Amino acid sequence: MENPYVPISSTIVNLKEEVKGERAITTFRTEFKDKKLAESFDFIPGQCAMVTLLGKGECFFAISSSPTKKGYLEFSVMKLGKVTDALHELEIDDVLGVRGPYGNGFPVDEWKGKNILCIGGGIGQAPLRSLIQYVMDNRKDFGKLDVIYGARSTADLCYMDEFEEMEARDDVDVHLSIDKAEDGWKRFVGFVPDNLKRLAPSPKDTIAITCGPPIMIKFVIQALEGLGFTPDQIFTTLEMRMKCGIGKCGRCNIGSLYVCKDGPVFSWEVLKDVKGEM
Amino acid sequence: MDAILNKDNLDELITKLGYEVLAPVKKDKTVSFETVKKASDIAWGSANTAVPPKRLFFPQTEELFTYDGDEITDRAPKPEKRLVLGIRPCDARSFAILDPLFTKDFNDPYYKNRRDNTVLVGLACTAPGRNCFCTSLGAGPFDTKGLDLLLVDLGDKFLVRSASEKGEKFLAENKSLFGEAGNDAAAADELKAKAEGMMHRTIDVSTLPTKLKTLFDDPIWDDLAQTCVGCYACTYLCPTCHCFDIQDEVRGKKGRRIRIWDSCVNPEYTLHASGYNPRPGRTNRMRNRILHKYQYYPENFDVIACVGCGRCIDHCPVSNDLVEFLGKIGGK
Repeated sequence: MENPYVPISSTIVNLKEEVKGERAITTFRTEFKDKKLAESFDFIPGQCAMVTLLGKGECFFAISSSPTKKGYLEFSVMKLGKVTDALHELEIDDVLGVRGPYGNGFPVDEWKGKNILCIGGGIGQAPLRSLIQYVMDNRKDFGKLDVIYGARSTADLCYMDEFEEMEARDDVDVHLSIDKAEDGWKRFVGFVPDNLKRLAPSPKDTIAITCGPPIMIKFVIQALEGLGFTPDQIFTTLEMRMKCGIGKCGRCNIGSLYVCKDGPVFSWEVLKDVKGEM
Repeated sequence: MDAILNKDNLDELITKLGYEVLAPVKKDKTVSFETVKKASDIAWGSANTAVPPKRLFFPQTEELFTYDGDEITDRAPKPEKRLVLGIRPCDARSFAILDPLFTKDFNDPYYKNRRDNTVLVGLACTAPGRNCFCTSLGAGPFDTKGLDLLLVDLGDKFLVRSASEKGEKFLAENKSLFGEAGNDAAAADELKAKAEGMMHRTIDVSTLPTKLKTLFDDPIWDDLAQTCVGCYACTYLCPTCHCFDIQDEVRGKKGRRIRIWDSCVNPEYTLHASGYNPRPGRTNRMRNRILHKYQYYPENFDVIACVGCGRCIDHCPVSNDLVEFLGKIGGK
């Protein structure tokens, strides 16, 4: 019997420092040692995986790269605890374990032909990055692509090089913000929900996907509803503490839904009526 | 089909069939399921074991795998044939409840390998405990759900009732041990009616899953939380509580990844690395415990995750009484 708890050995092939400092964020690019598996491993944007560091433990992360980028997986990890502290000590060619993919992912097939509006905050951009890459790599399948993203300060902005590349393109519109003004920042200053309200995108044929701190998600959803988005046009991806990732260990439930298995992607249509602690 | 097992044949069943036989045994001033070598080791007359036999399939602590550097050795068990003898119908029912959880979408090889290789031989309960309420959960002291065979103690012999294909096969393969049941079924039915009549406590659970949906914000959860001391006994000793933690234990390059029973009453259970806790208070956690059993589990698996064994009442240090509490919910 296949054992879903045993991680598959993977090598770190690239490290990219996204954010420096106490809560540093690094994007780890990993490749399964088994080359066949590395090529055949498939997933849906928004799906997650358990990343193991033997001796330290395991964490559930969104896969921040897109399935259209074959051969590797990327995880953007904030240094925030025992396992992630240790992950940040690793170097290229070091080995970690990966098991997955887990969770439902974004229903990208159902979204074909729609405009895609991504609204991210902080490290919450990780699953959205996978989706954005996917849409860019299948550009003709989707309508307009808008990306609203913000962080506390310029130092906390993730994927800045990638956003700057996108700003130079004409098939995607990027709207960045920081919470408080800084010298040299010419883009929006303020919270992400305020940037959204300012931009006031039309809900017509549009799917809005938001991920970030719980408080940001709450106000983004309020703002989207204010703009006329219906609950079935709004999606979010959630996180909870997890151990097994496969719906057995119990802890990641919100009501009767398990974030690891029934999520992490939920439509507001489903979530708005769920009684449970998020 | 019913059969008869003479108690004189028990030693043969234990020693000659090639099974590791586990049965209730007096140990450390309590009774627990342990490997037995002879019939006289078995503590037949005992009430429910304090720790439910779920630990035979889902141990309190177990290795998932071990490692030396990056070399991983899978520790999923490949147990020899096992036979659990004398398990109570309530505890056997817990496996019927847990099987879908451990096998849906992903097979949990630790639990499933043990389940597949184990024959469950129950003992009908003729003396329900003071906090038993199994009949309220659609079960009963002679219930066979989850069992392969059920034994009914008839003095110098057992009536053997087949309850599954596996049980049927066991009877067929070991014919020489069993005799034909004559009028013994009638005697068993009499004992069954008597045992059911002895059930001290009952509760109507039929409306609970729907009623609970309306009570998420009710202050009743505070009442429950305020008396709770957060000892987790109710969860550890519950035959259907299945939550676990996963931890690494390491010395030098060698280590093991283990899983350990966890409890939703534990504040760290849901604590994020950021320090945020979606269930920060005992009210949140006790509510989750009750809702998981009587609302969420039925929504996900179409069965209430409670067998009515009464352990959580028996062992609660502050005498929180689940039946009483569910009664209050029912009255709302």
